[in-house]
Amino acid sequence: MTGNSPLLSVEGLTIDLPAQPGLVQDVSFEVGRGRSLALIGESGCGKTLTSMAILRLLPPGLTIAGGRIVFDGTDLLTCSPRELRAVRGGPVGVVFQEPMSSLDPTMTVGDQIAEARLLHLGERRSVALRRAEELLDRVGIPNAAQRVRSYPHELSGGMQQRVMIAAAIACDPKLVIADEPTTALDVTIQAEILGLLRDLQRDLDLAVLLVTHDLGVVADFCDDVVVMYAGHVVERASIDELFYSPGHPYSSALLASVPQSGSPRTRLAVIPGRVPPAGRFPAGCRFQPRCVHNRPEVCGRPQPDSVLAGAHRSRCGRVASGALTVEGVPRG
Amino acid sequence: MSGRMIVRRLGGGVLVLWLVSLVTFLMVQLIPGDPAQVIAGENASAADVERIRERLGLDRPVIEQYLTWLFGVLRGDLGRSLFTDRPVTSTILLAAPPTLALAVAAIVVAVLVGVTAGVLAGLAQGSWLDRAISSLATLGIAMPSFWVAMLLVSVFALGLGWFPATSYAPMSRGLGTWASHLVLPAVALGLATAAELARHTRGCVADVLTRPYVRTARARGATTGWLVRRHILRNAAIPVVTVLGLQTGRLLGGTIVIEAVVGISGLGTLAVNSVLQRDYPVIQGYVLFCAAVVVLINLIVDLTYGWINPKVRTA
Ligand SMILES: Nc1ncnc2c1ncn2[C@@H]1O[C@H](COP(=O)(O)OP(=O)(O)OP(=O)(O)O)[C@@H](O)[C@H]1O
Ligand SMILES: [Mg+2]
Repeated sequence: MTGNSPLLSVEGLTIDLPAQPGLVQDVSFEVGRGRSLALIGESGCGKTLTSMAILRLLPPGLTIAGGRIVFDGTDLLTCSPRELRAVRGGPVGVVFQEPMSSLDPTMTVGDQIAEARLLHLGERRSVALRRAEELLDRVGIPNAAQRVRSYPHELSGGMQQRVMIAAAIACDPKLVIADEPTTALDVTIQAEILGLLRDLQRDLDLAVLLVTHDLGVVADFCDDVVVMYAGHVVERASIDELFYSPGHPYSSALLASVPQSGSPRTRLAVIPGRVPPAGRFPAGCRFQPRCVHNRPEVCGRPQPDSVLAGAHRSRCGRVASGALTVEGVPRG
Repeated sequence: MSGRMIVRRLGGGVLVLWLVSLVTFLMVQLIPGDPAQVIAGENASAADVERIRERLGLDRPVIEQYLTWLFGVLRGDLGRSLFTDRPVTSTILLAAPPTLALAVAAIVVAVLVGVTAGVLAGLAQGSWLDRAISSLATLGIAMPSFWVAMLLVSVFALGLGWFPATSYAPMSRGLGTWASHLVLPAVALGLATAAELARHTRGCVADVLTRPYVRTARARGATTGWLVRRHILRNAAIPVVTVLGLQTGRLLGGTIVIEAVVGISGLGTLAVNSVLQRDYPVIQGYVLFCAAVVVLINLIVDLTYGWINPKVRTA
């Protein structure tokens, strides 16, 4: 289809609660074909809302108040319900944070993997189940032929997440949205699941939108990063740009709070304070109350999304104007 | 569900039935004063009283009476009616078909109407449809079944003439005739249960809708109909089936009133007459029979849990 346009583009996405307009505000980013993009930020920054809004899977009460979401030529905010359903589970697969509760306890894992194929390809159940078996094998579940008939509670958390991934790729998607796919799992399993996602991305030429608050994951896995803070995108950068020359004090603070792979566990610089709850966002830069570089007279004004270089953008006016340089981390 | 679990449940059912048989046996023993005199009535002659005493074995030691009764029950022999002198077992089996047909038809009505209404209300929470269904459910629970039966008969049988007004037609007279006689009493009997089921189903569906796996299915492109069929019904079913199981006892009891209103001579009629005639062997047989039916239904309910939710199988 559209040759060099991005696979997914989100422009000016704004999500409202009736009582709290601007829960997520003016969020823009793009995911290129076969690329992987990380959406990072502390808890409560709006990462899940943003990623769920793409397929219009927001919980009831939350509304998309503005913006455009275009996937592979389809405007997902204006298309018909039928067109939307064709995208869900077809060219876009989703992996959720909690595999246990995200799988139907009354259905075999085989049927849940096969479900998208029944819905999208109209395959017969027996055919779809055979494919489910191959998929289970593909995501590294031993004894796939038996496991298709297992129920979710018979599997470990890591296995369940593998099942979720198998279901997400059942219809050969172009994009997989994974919302903190490893947060609910043991540390040792986390690396395996991420490794699996990375292999699949490479082998199937998938684009991946990975929601995480783990910068270590980002460095290993992703091409580009979107940093969110309190419902705003504060920085968009490539991995190298983010680590070597971050463009926002918040990104720099996040980097400082990550243990470095080389060095032993030194004291981490925890960002003081916490993300303001929705509705209590300060005017202008939303990070300013916690920012060590805060200059109220400048930061209290709305901060435009400025280009630093190429695709590298920042919502800090002081960095954009050259008045401030923030620190990255050496990567070894 | 594992074999061991089925055996455990079966054992539980047998235990309950034994307790019920004990209680029904004691029904006669616990009559204050001389049971034979009480059963025979105040104006009975001494010969009549003696005849009843002998018939019920009241002249023998209690232990012997109990063992005789218990072994009789085990062989399906519940004694003879004091009035007709026919065996209680065959009396009950003769009267059972209309009542069981009525109860089963009422369950079918309750499930069809109640579950459908509950699913619609649960899917459309807060809408006018939801409010309408809730109001109707309250009404359905509040209206006494005999009154509903009278209303239905006067409108649909006497008024419009769509259904026959009274009595029961055995299946041997044709399925159509059989069913047309059952419709009105079954609706009258099943309505309250339908209302109860609608409420529970609504709550369960509303709860299931908030579960993450429903969002997962949506993320796979499921339509609402697909969601209901593949995910919601099954997950909402356990509490609903539980309520249904609890309602079967009430439905069996409810047949007594409906049979009287619609003029069906089934178990309910038999029970009422036996009570009026102090025909203790028949009353005992009726209680035991109803207990057996309720135990059986609950066993079936337990078995369906495992089928509905595989997690229960291993629990
Ligand atoms: N259903 C909801 N109703 C009201 N507010 C909500 C709802 N879901 C999320 N929010 C609010 O929206 C904000 C962003 O939430 P979101 O779940 O997107 O954060 P997140 O970045 O994914 O955090 P986490 O890392 O904890 O998953 C939070 O302040 C949260 O309280
Ligand atoms: Mg989240």
